[in-house]
Amino acid sequence: MAAMLQAIGGASPSVAFSDHYNKSSVSSIRSFPVIRSDARSSSGSIHGSFKPGKIITKATATQTESSASAASKPGHELLMFEALREGLEEEMDRDPRVCVFGEDVGHYGGSYKVTKGLAQKYGDLRVLDTPIAENSFTGMAVGAAMTGLRPVVEGMNMGFLLLAFNQISDNCGMLHYTSGGQFTIPTVIRGPGGVGRQLGAEHSQRLESYFQSIPGIQLVACSTVYNAKGLMKAAIRSENPVVLFEHVLLYNLKERIPDEEYVLSLEEAEMVRPGEHITILTYSRMRYHVMQAAKTLVNKGYDPEVIDIRSLKPFDLYTIGNSVKKTHRVLIVEECMRTGGIGASLTAAINENFHDYLDAPIVCLSSQDVPTPYAGTLEEWTVVQPSQIVAAVEQLCK
Amino acid sequence: MAIWFSRSRKIAHFLKPKIAPSEFLYKICSNYANSSSFRTLGGENCRNPQVFSDYSTTILAFRRRWWRPESTRAGEQVETPYSDDDYEDENQALDFPGGRVTFTPEMKFISEASDKRIPCYRVLGDDGHPISGSRYEQVDKETAVKMYKSMVILQIMDNIFYEAQRQGRISFYLTSLGEEAINIATAAALTLDDVILPQYREPGILLWRGFTLQEFANQCFGNNADYGKGRQMPIHYGSNKHNFFTISSPIATQLPQAAGVAYSLKMDKKEACVVAFTGDGGTSEGDFHAGLNFAAVLEAPVLFICRNNGWAISTPTSEQFRSDGVVVKGQAYGIRSIRVDGNDALAVYSTIRAAREMVIREQKPILVEALSYRVGHHSTSDDSTKYRPINEIEYWKTARNPLARFQKWVHKNGWWTDDDESELRGSIRKQLLTAIQVAEKTEKPPLAEMFSDVYSHLPSNLHEQEKSLRETIKRHRQDYPTDVPV
Repeated sequence: MAAMLQAIGGASPSVAFSDHYNKSSVSSIRSFPVIRSDARSSSGSIHGSFKPGKIITKATATQTESSASAASKPGHELLMFEALREGLEEEMDRDPRVCVFGEDVGHYGGSYKVTKGLAQKYGDLRVLDTPIAENSFTGMAVGAAMTGLRPVVEGMNMGFLLLAFNQISDNCGMLHYTSGGQFTIPTVIRGPGGVGRQLGAEHSQRLESYFQSIPGIQLVACSTVYNAKGLMKAAIRSENPVVLFEHVLLYNLKERIPDEEYVLSLEEAEMVRPGEHITILTYSRMRYHVMQAAKTLVNKGYDPEVIDIRSLKPFDLYTIGNSVKKTHRVLIVEECMRTGGIGASLTAAINENFHDYLDAPIVCLSSQDVPTPYAGTLEEWTVVQPSQIVAAVEQLCK
Repeated sequence: MAIWFSRSRKIAHFLKPKIAPSEFLYKICSNYANSSSFRTLGGENCRNPQVFSDYSTTILAFRRRWWRPESTRAGEQVETPYSDDDYEDENQALDFPGGRVTFTPEMKFISEASDKRIPCYRVLGDDGHPISGSRYEQVDKETAVKMYKSMVILQIMDNIFYEAQRQGRISFYLTSLGEEAINIATAAALTLDDVILPQYREPGILLWRGFTLQEFANQCFGNNADYGKGRQMPIHYGSNKHNFFTISSPIATQLPQAAGVAYSLKMDKKEACVVAFTGDGGTSEGDFHAGLNFAAVLEAPVLFICRNNGWAISTPTSEQFRSDGVVVKGQAYGIRSIRVDGNDALAVYSTIRAAREMVIREQKPILVEALSYRVGHHSTSDDSTKYRPINEIEYWKTARNPLARFQKWVHKNGWWTDDDESELRGSIRKQLLTAIQVAEKTEKPPLAEMFSDVYSHLPSNLHEQEKSLRETIKRHRQDYPTDVPV
């Protein structure tokens, strides 16, 4: 069956890796509604009544605000880990080739409960508990993918996937290329990463830094309940290997999402709050620190434009570029370490492409180049805090 | 374990009036043999004889103890359920995670090496005659002749491509000299549906499955007709239509992947298995442990074949592991294993046929260690005379040559003559030289192939980079190779 389905191949819809400079045309192979990052149709107002150059009537509009309102709103409320599960379950229902590998994903339901209940529904074979060997089950996923399945690999913590680095870079990333296109590796590698919960240095890795150079893979980071489900579904449907970064502190985020099926684009950034004065680029948990800082900034009279870049590889330079052309100032807020992080690459990319539009040097706020300490206070100060963001904006907009 | 408990009681009763040791031993042995409360480690094929050899050491220990009832017993438990303190060998059993295990008051370390090495299954003697008493699967004339011819083709192909590298026509090559029997006999014993995850010294399998000399040459020259589109080093073959996964250079990374492929076959309920290769050096990699462990736990239909050819570049097996080769590692993972003479085509054929059948029927992995010798250098980047004596290489090249041995057998059956031999060798040589010439002249892949297949569709950043490169080439045409179409 897996082989047969693989032979049919192109029949299954996949998100086309769209050409960013021709945004107007809908990319070729799509048979489901791909909702652009504005997501206006779904969870209420994001940016409210924004009028350029006038007083901002709504301070910060995050999607969590709208979910606090009456239950009569359409859609259903759930937590992020439930949304990830919902996305996974919908894809497993839709395509019998989708399967899950990982430690404790079966009966235990996953260390963050993302796969809870799936083993009971789909059986032990489709939701597979593996022995503790990350390089093994990632390698296993590569082998299964090359033979027609669509595995979703869960790293119990992203940091453990460093043990699977060879399988991810040399095999996931390269085998499609080195085999001359004969074998595809449609895997999804996902798991919690990031700093928080005082888990110590080895459990607080930001693997997007290490992975960003690997050719052949795509990296996405989810940050809201809405985009978590949408990106999960998109990642599973993609023909390329995708690494989906979740964050340990965001699993219990609650939000209202649509009942109808939706899939997001893997290569698009999300406009969180349009503004005029400065472009703040961020992703994952830092989005919330930025939005908190934005509240303060608005009260102080600034109008920041906040973009959640979501796609870490490749960068959505179209959305980012348009923003830079409008505001002429960029602040990047990330959780990666200073050296070699996503922020470093993003700074380089913006400088190269939009240098003429910048009125000030790009500022990048990142974590220090230290292993994440355990002590709560130290851990807090290794991560960029809203007060630092406010100070940086004030400095940039002087 | 109540049954065992009561049996122990019976033994205790027997011991009280002094019975003859032999009678005593018989009762112990029969209890062991009849006990349904332990599992044989050797699988269904192993019956009582195996049981005796497994437990003989314990029985001997038991007997020794009986002979010296007065000696002090180390670690003797004072409080036992039995009041008799003569019988410290009351084998109680207890549950632990992982199952029931019997106690023993005797502190006994399992030896790191058994007295005798695991014997090696062999069919043909050096003279080409089957050894007396050898049991093997008969090979018909057609298969045998195809096998021998393929071994010859593989040998000639290796020699000619090696020479081509030395002449600078290809950049790299790696021979399988000395391991032709492993390559071809294995291939002959499998079906086309069996998925192959090679290391890199198994081109014979592709050859058997119909990969042409031209296709081999195309890959080595990295030209436009190469299925890999010129992206990999020579000898890194891959062909999905032959169910042969593209070779990846790092050692043993294909072993964990084998479990994934097997998983896929299991879901499809296919009548096929996965065959994953590695060398003796590859067994040191972490992926070997992980791959075998996974396959065992997940009950994946994988046939692991380890080509123990004695050398991992310059590292001999004595410096690679301290175990009795690779076959003994199987038991550590709960995997049935066998050691076979890798230079004996008939033995390899029979072994792989039997192993494949078991793997598919029982949906469990099996480990085969094929002993051989790496006659050639590790690759064209190696000169093995630097670390091993030339006469050793010569010995294995001539006296222990797998082709010679099999040829004697085919010849003896009247299926092959010397004329056939010279005709074949001449013809293949010509075909290879032609294939090389054709491959050399064939165009290289166009520039676009540098950027395609990184992703399923060309992303914007790669599109940009390609554009940029094209412009650079246009401006500085003389600085770029002229035989690559832009």
